Amino acid sequence: MIYLERWKVLSILLICVLGVLYAAPNLAGRESVDWLRAHTPSFFPNQSVNLGLDLRGGSHLLLEVAVDNVIDEHMQSVLDQSRSALRTGKIGYTDLRLTGGSVHFKLTDATQADVARAAIREADPELDITLQGDVFTLRMAEDKIAARKRAAMDQSIEIVRRRIDETGTREPSIQRQGDDRILVQLPGLDDPERIKNLLGQTAKLSFRLVDETAMATEGHIPPGEEALPSADDGHTYVVQKRVMVSGDTLVDAQPSFQDGMPVVSFRFDSIGGRRFGEATRTNTGHLFAIVLDNKIISAPVIREPILGGSGVISGHFTSQSAQDLALLLRAGALPAPIKVLEERTVGPGLGADSIKAGATASLVGLVLVVVFFIFVYGLFGIFATIALLINIALIFAVLSLLQATLTLPGIAGIVLTIGTALDANVLVFERIREEMRLGRSVIASIDTGYSRALSAIVDANMTTLIASFLLFIFGSGPVKGFAVTLGIGILTSIFSALMITRLIVVWWMKTTKPKEIPL
Amino acid sequence: MWLRPFSLIPPDTHVDFVAKRWWAFGTTLFLVLVTLVALTVKGLNFGIDFKGGILIEAKAAQSVDIGALRTELAALNLGEINLQQFGAPTDVLIRVQRQEGDEAAQMQAIQSVRAKLGDSYEYRRVEVVGPTVGKELFRAGVLATLLAMVAISIYVGVRFEWQFGLAALIATFHDVLTTVGLYAVLQLDFNLTAVAALLTLAGYSINDTVVIFDRIRETLRRQKATDLRAIINASVNQTLSRTIMTAGTTLIALLPLVFIGGPTLITFSAALTWGILVGTYSSIYVAAALLLYMPPLRRMEGVSPKVAGKAA
Repeated sequence: MIYLERWKVLSILLICVLGVLYAAPNLAGRESVDWLRAHTPSFFPNQSVNLGLDLRGGSHLLLEVAVDNVIDEHMQSVLDQSRSALRTGKIGYTDLRLTGGSVHFKLTDATQADVARAAIREADPELDITLQGDVFTLRMAEDKIAARKRAAMDQSIEIVRRRIDETGTREPSIQRQGDDRILVQLPGLDDPERIKNLLGQTAKLSFRLVDETAMATEGHIPPGEEALPSADDGHTYVVQKRVMVSGDTLVDAQPSFQDGMPVVSFRFDSIGGRRFGEATRTNTGHLFAIVLDNKIISAPVIREPILGGSGVISGHFTSQSAQDLALLLRAGALPAPIKVLEERTVGPGLGADSIKAGATASLVGLVLVVVFFIFVYGLFGIFATIALLINIALIFAVLSLLQATLTLPGIAGIVLTIGTALDANVLVFERIREEMRLGRSVIASIDTGYSRALSAIVDANMTTLIASFLLFIFGSGPVKGFAVTLGIGILTSIFSALMITRLIVVWWMKTTKPKEIPL
Repeated sequence: MWLRPFSLIPPDTHVDFVAKRWWAFGTTLFLVLVTLVALTVKGLNFGIDFKGGILIEAKAAQSVDIGALRTELAALNLGEINLQQFGAPTDVLIRVQRQEGDEAAQMQAIQSVRAKLGDSYEYRRVEVVGPTVGKELFRAGVLATLLAMVAISIYVGVRFEWQFGLAALIATFHDVLTTVGLYAVLQLDFNLTAVAALLTLAGYSINDTVVIFDRIRETLRRQKATDLRAIINASVNQTLSRTIMTAGTTLIALLPLVFIGGPTLITFSAALTWGILVGTYSSIYVAAALLLYMPPLRRMEGVSPKVAGKAA
């Protein structure tokens, strides 16, 4: 039957009122909404639609963490450990090498197999050790690799977050995407150069000794040492591979000035401070290198033991680069290098223009559609218009409640919904017209009109719903936003056509007791 | 009554759509051929979303002399650079092909373009997409479109009969394909938004088809004697005013987006507009006409006794 039970009427009215209430904050400015949110409980309608970066301006960065590097580095250290374990155990070996992600070596004396296995096991209890003939193969188990990669990802996300927070960016969103990616969204940022620069550095800091004798005899680098370039003047220094003190023992770093030049002052934790004090005491008078990501920032002479657990790094800094280095040291080193795969930045001007253009176009579209609809369906067109307006309020209410993101294609999605929202009404109205022509009574025409149109409405909208669902799953960024608005729009449209318009029609029939239908 | 309603299509309309199907099949064949030729000869103009590369939208204080700017930027030796006026005469869209090398190479390229343009420009949009991401986005887009079409057709097949599902699939595929054709012929930027347009269109097109199918299903149940040709004709005619009304309202809502929605949405709304026209046409001529060649069985399942009784 066309008539609705009392509880249905009440729920429909309640939903409409709630819809309008929860959509209302969108009409207020951003400041008032922020004020409202701060001063009202969470169930209160105090949220406006979350605008996508393409509308509010901002930067979207897709980062890839080279997690495989972590494994490679670990295997490199397995190689070094094995070498020293075999040497200390006085076990003869040849052909020790790292290939295809595993370490191999050959025993010179096959009877030492058990001793070798024990020595390796002791050096690294987590390794998978296999012996084939007299060739040992050492590799990491798959689950250990996966765990290590996961840990590296977690740590990377944490470091990325710290670095971005340190820059003072407002409301950054940092999410993991897939196995080795991080999606960073920075609203309001229109030049991501600095952030990209900060994220592009692993920021592994170490203090190492410089081999001054090897520096003098060019060309020959002793084992256990390496030649590293200087960060600013292209000089190379020969430094020990062994790290005197590493950067992860830093507890604080701040930019400051020394003799009018920008420097970075730092403080070690107690272990680092003791180690640094010890190293500087035994090597007074020699050079040591401050190495950042395999480049030498500076290589000063140790004039006296540094025992206070703090010091300064001087180099050719600008005040910006000193500030950035201090930030990187405070936030900590990334476990693996990060690469920017995708960058999308929208300036605030374009965002504002897009909102204006989108809003104007939608409004014009709405007015035109309404005029057309009332022209064709008369009084019923007005009924449908009321339902449509509530429908739009409902869309905004749901978007605000879900804190879904409205993007520019999303606005297009709303416009499209305006078009298709009326389709359900069209189906019903056309059906009522047909039933009238068959000579049915007013009530019977409207009644059968609604019940006959139902299957077409449900089937037709289900198909679009399927499409928007798949868009949501496979889409990315703005397209996802479009899918959300389209999907929500379909659901609210069905509700508005089947419930709100119908409620108005029923109310009209009850109050005017019409002899004929003006359709 | 102070408001006089109005019928777009006179109630006694009886167009013999089925008889005109050869014209329609011809048109369809023509559209598909044009699409295939355009796709093989011109190909799609892939945007940086799929190809990878750099896109910069910049706004100058005065109108931009595109020709002069093109010569200046060409001197940077960044490979293929494409300049295009975008909306206002002060706005320019610069596309630079993806640079050899890693991310740093892309940044270098952006820096050199910025240096060339100088400070008089406002950078409204900068996008850099690497080739890996581009390939993934493209694969996801194609997969989403195909899956959507198949999923929708399965839904129609289940709710109706398989013949309806297959006819709907072919009709929707036709609409999506010819819209891809539109992108190829006009060399419109084929990007993520284009995929969104295709999917929306798939939804709309099938929506339109379903309404006609719903009527055919209903008529099939009611009138057992009449031949299929007459049933299809009657159903299409009965739903014609709805078909035109809905296409009309959607187009009226979309057209302002094409003209005042801003340059970013033009392609999207234009593709949808075309899609709605083609979708409406294909619902009548492709989907409904196809049923002639795969006649549905007159299954009465799912008909409630009440509705069946009323219909009798």
